Amino acid sequence: MNETSEQNPCEGCPAHNVQNLIKLGIRMDQYDYVVALAGNPNTGKSTVFNALTGLRQHTGNWPGKTVTRAEGGFGFGGKRFKIVDLPGTYSLLSMSTDEEIARDFLLFGQPDVTVIVVDATRLERNLNLVLQVLEITDRAIVCLNLMDEAGRHGLSIDERRLGRDLGIPVIPTAARQGLGIQELLKAIAEVSSGIVKGTPYRIKDVPKPLARAVERLTKRVRDEYPGLPNARWVAMRLLEGDQRIVGAMRSGELGSIARLNEGLEATA
Amino acid sequence: MSNGQGSREAVIAEATRARWELEEGFHDLLMESIYREAARIADGAVTREGERPRFDLDRAIDSVVTNRWLGFPIMFILLAAVFWVTVEGANYPSRMISAVLIDMIHPWLHNVGEWVGLPSWVSGVLFDGAYLAMAWVVSVMLPPMAIFFPLFTLLEDFGYLPRVAFNLDSVFRRAGAHGKQALTMTMGFGCNAAGVVAARVIDSPRERLIAIITNNFSLCNGRWPTQILIASIFLGSLVPAHLAGIVTSGAVVLIAVFGIGLSLLVSWGLSRTALRGAPSAFSLELPPYRPPQIWKTLYRSLIDRTVFVLWRAVLFAVPAGVVIWLVSNIHAGDLSLAEHFILRADPFALLLGRNGVILLAYVIAIPANEIVVPTVLMLTVMTSGITGLGEGSGVLFELDSASATGDILRAGGWTTLTGVCLMLFSLLHNPCSTTLYTIYKETGSVRWTTVAAIVPLFLGIVVCFFVAQLWRLAAGG
Repeated sequence: MNETSEQNPCEGCPAHNVQNLIKLGIRMDQYDYVVALAGNPNTGKSTVFNALTGLRQHTGNWPGKTVTRAEGGFGFGGKRFKIVDLPGTYSLLSMSTDEEIARDFLLFGQPDVTVIVVDATRLERNLNLVLQVLEITDRAIVCLNLMDEAGRHGLSIDERRLGRDLGIPVIPTAARQGLGIQELLKAIAEVSSGIVKGTPYRIKDVPKPLARAVERLTKRVRDEYPGLPNARWVAMRLLEGDQRIVGAMRSGELGSIARLNEGLEATA
Repeated sequence: MSNGQGSREAVIAEATRARWELEEGFHDLLMESIYREAARIADGAVTREGERPRFDLDRAIDSVVTNRWLGFPIMFILLAAVFWVTVEGANYPSRMISAVLIDMIHPWLHNVGEWVGLPSWVSGVLFDGAYLAMAWVVSVMLPPMAIFFPLFTLLEDFGYLPRVAFNLDSVFRRAGAHGKQALTMTMGFGCNAAGVVAARVIDSPRERLIAIITNNFSLCNGRWPTQILIASIFLGSLVPAHLAGIVTSGAVVLIAVFGIGLSLLVSWGLSRTALRGAPSAFSLELPPYRPPQIWKTLYRSLIDRTVFVLWRAVLFAVPAGVVIWLVSNIHAGDLSLAEHFILRADPFALLLGRNGVILLAYVIAIPANEIVVPTVLMLTVMTSGITGLGEGSGVLFELDSASATGDILRAGGWTTLTGVCLMLFSLLHNPCSTTLYTIYKETGSVRWTTVAAIVPLFLGIVVCFFVAQLWRLAAGG
């Protein structure tokens, strides 16, 4: 059995978090934090999005449902959040339009927190994307969705161990049933305000010559843009000749990320 | 911060240099390390209950519906069943709605017009043109859509659509197209404009263009009422009554399958000529089957799809209704504008197994495919001079039964061949204006939009020509 299917004893209490959730729909003119919603296709991103915003973004049981990004808002604990539902992708490394939209937002949109929605029944495949997102940002949360289905398939997942291995909060949910949403909200608030800080796992098992080249280039990138939070990832993209990143390097667009990040670090 | 342009270029140059020093395929090496580490982390966190996985219902269903031999037949049977339920179920509510809108409200509007003292041409344009077009579209389209969309959405919610894509994937790859085109094509069965937008899931621009251009070969919901009506008049009536429903939906499925075939053929042609290249690989996930959320599905398919599509149809039908009324009531010499066109177009149209009436109807109904049949009927009555039916020139009307419609058409010189050719041409002609606009928005190119419009139209003319000639040869005419 997994923990989410048990009734939360706090559910009935008026002081409980979920009571504080104000679904703002698309009214989000001013907001305090930006939340990005990433994940593989068909993991229930749009369902999580709907649960948080009260919107009715079309959901469907097949990959590729969301092809552009949808935006909505919610208020929680006195703060206003803008949430962006990114297209579902399996990776951020190939150059299809949907992956580009997702990647560009994570990189240049500088969300305060990225919620990576993960299909608990297909953890291994989904972690590929999680690891790639963690190369870009360390302000991330894994939303371990579809826990109900995992239970039905006889899977049990040690989310604490997973959280430790990944170095970021892992929240089990069953968004279709509304389970775990309050815990997710709490984690979003904590990470975006900087109360909880992740130390995300970074890919280590890289072939030697590649690792050396990446290391050398990372140093050069960091010299150029001090304070860039994802210099290693930028280096890898440059190495692959990713034209979008080469362009951002050339134009100085990366510099704005570095400055923004320094600002965030100062306020946190 | 060394912000100089020169030092940035130096970093880029170093990256380029390093890329050449590294062995080829380090992208794959990187992917492999990510996969390895993901597997290791997942392995630590997941435990399976018991040694062997229990009986897996998903896998059991998949082994049947994606079976090499059973997959395609099951797909066709499911599609045919959806059509059949739609055909059978839509008849009755359709008749009720038209009884109210056309038999009750329309004469009442005329009375009101007379009472207010409107000039006859104003009430003609308003009530016989605009209002009747709207009423026809609502009564013909609303019931089948209200049945078809929820059924289709339930299949989608259940998780069947990706299986269709899975079945079709290898076929599409052999045609040099992207496997995901199977998904966009399936969406096209709902609405071509939606299918064109869905092509964004395809990575390479080349394969995306192929998917966009060929999407029109998916019979959209605006066109299958035409298919169903013509099939039931000309093919359903050839067999005993109790078989008519099956023959009708079978014929419509055949046309839809023919569309899929052409979609493949055109993809194959494009990927070997104008859009040459190798198909790119992708991973298609078969999501778990989920019990559909029935009430939510019903609500959403009614609000988001049915009302949306209906509203669009009405929006386009109203001005078209005005145009129909005008061309059949403005006279140049002895004949109306419509009659002039029909006479000129007839010789050309007969070559294609059709007549000038159908051509004119298509020209008038370009903005909205769904009003083609009423336009054809109205024009046929007008030119063949049947009296006692309809309410005069330029009046769109609906008949109480398919057989009465058949009588008019046969009196207008229609044969089974005309019916077949109309079905084919309804599949194969330029996309509707909404789809064309969407194609333009998605590709940003006038050239490709033009190609997407001309290719199906050209194919339609060629196919109809050959079918008509062969048919006449076979019939010994």
